[in-house]
Amino acid sequence: MMKIPCPHCGVRDENEFQCGGTAHLARPALDASDREWGEYLYFRDNPKGSHRERWRHAYGCGRWFNVVRDTLTHEISAVYPITETPAR
Amino acid sequence: MSGFRLPEPHGTRIDRTRPIPFLFNGKVLAGFRGDTLASALLANGVRLVGRSYKLHRARGVFGCGFEEPNAIVDLVDGERRTPDVRATTLELTEGLAAQSVNCWPSVGLDFGAVLGAFAPFLPAGFYYKTFMWPDWHWFEPAIRWMAGLGRTSLAPDRDRYEEICVDADVAVVGGGIAGLSAAVAAAEAGAATTLLCAAPAAGGALGWRGDATVRALLAKAGRAGVTLLTRTVAFGVYDHGLLCATESLAAATPGTHGALRERLWKIRARSIVSAQGAFERPMLFPGNDRPGVMLAGAAEKYAHAHATACGRRAVIAANADSAYAVARSLRAAGIEIVAVVDRRPPESIGAHAEGVRCLAHHGIRQVIGGRGVRGCVVVDADAPGDRGERLDCDLILSAGGFAPAVHLHSQAKGRLRWLEDAAMFVPDGAAPGLHSVGACAGVFARSAALEHAAEVGRSLALGFTVPPPPVGGAGRSLASSRIPGVRGKIFLDLQNDVTVSDVSLAAAENYRSVEHLKRYTTTGMATDQGKTSNVNALVLMGEATQRAPAEVGTTTFRPPFAPVSFGALVGRRVGNRYRPLKRLPAAGWHAEHGALFELFGNWSRPAGYPRADESLESAAQREAETVRGAVGVFDGSPLGKIEIWGADAAEFLDLMYVGTMSSLAPGQARYGLLLNEHGVIVDDGVVARLGTGHFWVNTTSAGVERTAAAFEEWLQCEYPNLRALVTPVTSRWGNVTVSGPKAWATLATIGLDRRFAPETMQHMTIADGEFDGSPVRILRASFTGELSYEINVPVERTRDLLERVWAAAAPLGGCPYGIEALEILRTEKGYLHVGVDTDGTTLPGDVGFARGLERKRANFVGRRSLLRPAARNPGRSRLVGLKPADGRTRLPVGAQIANAPPPTATEGHVTSSHWSPTLRAPVALAMLARGAERLGETVGVHHLGQRIDAIVVATSWIDPEGKRLHG
Ligand SMILES: [Zn+2]
Repeated sequence: MMKIPCPHCGVRDENEFQCGGTAHLARPALDASDREWGEYLYFRDNPKGSHRERWRHAYGCGRWFNVVRDTLTHEISAVYPITETPAR
Repeated sequence: MSGFRLPEPHGTRIDRTRPIPFLFNGKVLAGFRGDTLASALLANGVRLVGRSYKLHRARGVFGCGFEEPNAIVDLVDGERRTPDVRATTLELTEGLAAQSVNCWPSVGLDFGAVLGAFAPFLPAGFYYKTFMWPDWHWFEPAIRWMAGLGRTSLAPDRDRYEEICVDADVAVVGGGIAGLSAAVAAAEAGAATTLLCAAPAAGGALGWRGDATVRALLAKAGRAGVTLLTRTVAFGVYDHGLLCATESLAAATPGTHGALRERLWKIRARSIVSAQGAFERPMLFPGNDRPGVMLAGAAEKYAHAHATACGRRAVIAANADSAYAVARSLRAAGIEIVAVVDRRPPESIGAHAEGVRCLAHHGIRQVIGGRGVRGCVVVDADAPGDRGERLDCDLILSAGGFAPAVHLHSQAKGRLRWLEDAAMFVPDGAAPGLHSVGACAGVFARSAALEHAAEVGRSLALGFTVPPPPVGGAGRSLASSRIPGVRGKIFLDLQNDVTVSDVSLAAAENYRSVEHLKRYTTTGMATDQGKTSNVNALVLMGEATQRAPAEVGTTTFRPPFAPVSFGALVGRRVGNRYRPLKRLPAAGWHAEHGALFELFGNWSRPAGYPRADESLESAAQREAETVRGAVGVFDGSPLGKIEIWGADAAEFLDLMYVGTMSSLAPGQARYGLLLNEHGVIVDDGVVARLGTGHFWVNTTSAGVERTAAAFEEWLQCEYPNLRALVTPVTSRWGNVTVSGPKAWATLATIGLDRRFAPETMQHMTIADGEFDGSPVRILRASFTGELSYEINVPVERTRDLLERVWAAAAPLGGCPYGIEALEILRTEKGYLHVGVDTDGTTLPGDVGFARGLERKRANFVGRRSLLRPAARNPGRSRLVGLKPADGRTRLPVGAQIANAPPPTATEGHVTSSHWSPTLRAPVALAMLARGAERLGETVGVHHLGQRIDAIVVATSWIDPEGKRLHG
């Protein structure tokens, strides 16, 4: 069970949180092709290493935020607001 | 009978003044306080303790701790049964009753032992190869009955378990001198230190030898404030320094039902120190599984700690220097050492053999005695086919070297390296967050272990760099613990009955990965997780494939280190604490009025109000008929209630729902479908506008938490610029719903303002009012098809309102109605029940909401998915009504609609079905392919081999124009 630093409440155990999957997915517009829409809905990268994902402090403040987690070591290297988009 | 008690001063761990009687397989035996079940059985001369898993071979005690593969018993105590307990770690307690596992009718006369005769036909991969034709299920029951270990109780577990979460700067696992030394140093340097010790007392091997160092360390630990947890087994290292352990409290309260039995420790440690010691590696020779063959170190521990001699005359099969220390120690205890049969050449043995008969470069070719060792035949390693020499003995001890307990290190993702000289895997550097000390780090020299462990403890406490372990001191061993060329049944994994030839077979069949070898042969997959077999297995695999052990590598070590009971993991999360029940605010009123409560989701709600002579079904019929004819009173408190506030609330709700909510005027309400991104219906409800920037959202009872969470996610993550606030208020408001042609006649007399009359308050409108000094929020929406008032009232006034409404409704011929009646009423109207009529594939068009969404201007969640080709396929299912052709046969829910009897392609299925008391005929809803075009068609409904003809009709049976809604 990981320790996750909620930006609002501090470090708490993982079982207080809910994982919302990959962060910064760009939702295509209504006129997107079926292929583009299908890729947005169903296809995800599964990196070994650093992964940006969003979490919610479900049994705490209820706020969503972004986390950079290493999928191999589970090390959490950064936590930042949900509204922030990192430079690619 | 070969084991016996040694005289004092042997027995540092037992109290001879405290005899303890116990039962083994129904026979009364006696041991002492401080015995384990294993030591007591051995002292009573019991050699045969169980039968092996696959071949039902006779087995005795093999080890003295967690490595034990054979001495597995069931504990029986009234209706309580604890299956598969290791006799070697079980403390003897008053009245303990143990039974051998895996034998029928008894351990001595075992029916399954005839399986042994079939052993040549049970090689590795036997199950995979044999039971494929014609169908595994033919064989499964017989094999399942024969295989397996203990039996569990079918009665509920009345004992208690609890969980405790703590923080520690340093958590040390292992109460031997290395662990004690690390813990003392860490605590003396100021760290909050917890020491976990599996045994009833700390001290480890030096402890039961009566060493003075241990006493000094224990005293220091006490002074330094080390938190010492005994009888506590660390079973797993998890992410971010979480160490989990179970503390056994059963020995404290033997026989007491309902007592606290186990405690699960979740220790969040800044640093973890593993000091778990090492397991002994057994020798491989034919008959090495016979009762009377055991680990050398175990025999030594039994002699010193428990004053239990495991035999009178011992032969030691050796591949390590430790054999000679054991030989001298046992001889001093009065056990005759016939010889040490050492498979190493004389130059590797050196001076260790002094004073002991040593047969260097020899091995055991045969064990004599099926149910107990009577002797063995030893041969020169270069001439395994020779006649050899017979040695008479009643005990054969195995000293094959050591295997450091690297389990926690490996669980923490530490790497291993192979030490050629000592033939063992040791940690290759520290694991993230975990350092190893003592024997599990490969440090076998006592003073080096003490010093290094202290350095590690101090460094961790002070944040210094941790010194690497001074690996060494285990002496020399060969990788292979057998002599080549000896024939016979040599057991590698005693618990799963895997033999050396099984490994050769796997190699011959081209299994090369150690992970595949493990699964194909089942080596290391029993409850002991191969603690005595893993290293031997990969050495053999290496031999068979011409690879060094380091190249073969080990399998992945996963938690738990030792079996953990479900009770410990579950803790107190049982019954109502597992799934807390939600009760209605006026549950008492319903009970007084004859409610039959059932669970709907987590809510306990009235399913109906059956009278003395009624079943629930007939009550539901009466209640539904009363609502259509007069008036019914319903408790809708669980209905999901969410308030949405803010300048952009309307825009936000347009995004969330299929219906357009921004065009509602204050006071108006509209039905809405909630979709997910796939366009699938996940909830429905009514959205009402209270003011420009204030909405009242009713969701389904089951869906409110999900819906509120989805609202939050969209708002916070995708539309953070929208000024809207989501407030779930379900538990703040009670809800009393009054429905039926006499609904207003009822309410007119309870003091509500006349403006709520149906003439002035339209269907699908909302208004705030007052009831008896409390605010009420009244919504004119209907799930019955009748004139309805949903009156939301502050939750603490729910009962008051119910009583007043009931006082008015009863004289008008009304009744309270439950969920069953509501289901009848809404099915008669063809109203959708999300999750009953819909599933994870249902799109709005499938339930007749295609037109609404094409007209809508705003985007909404799921909209793009509705444009996919699959969503627009004209062959999709459509919700329709079904009535039986004969006008009376009920159509079973779930029955398939098809042209021919199944198995065949299905065209749909029945989703809801009831007997309508108003129509005096069955009514049903179904999802049917191209259903909208098929009105009037007769279809076949198939149920349990029977075909029922049904006619496709529109979904609304009663008042399709909706006139009754307006009163
Ligand atoms: Zn928080």
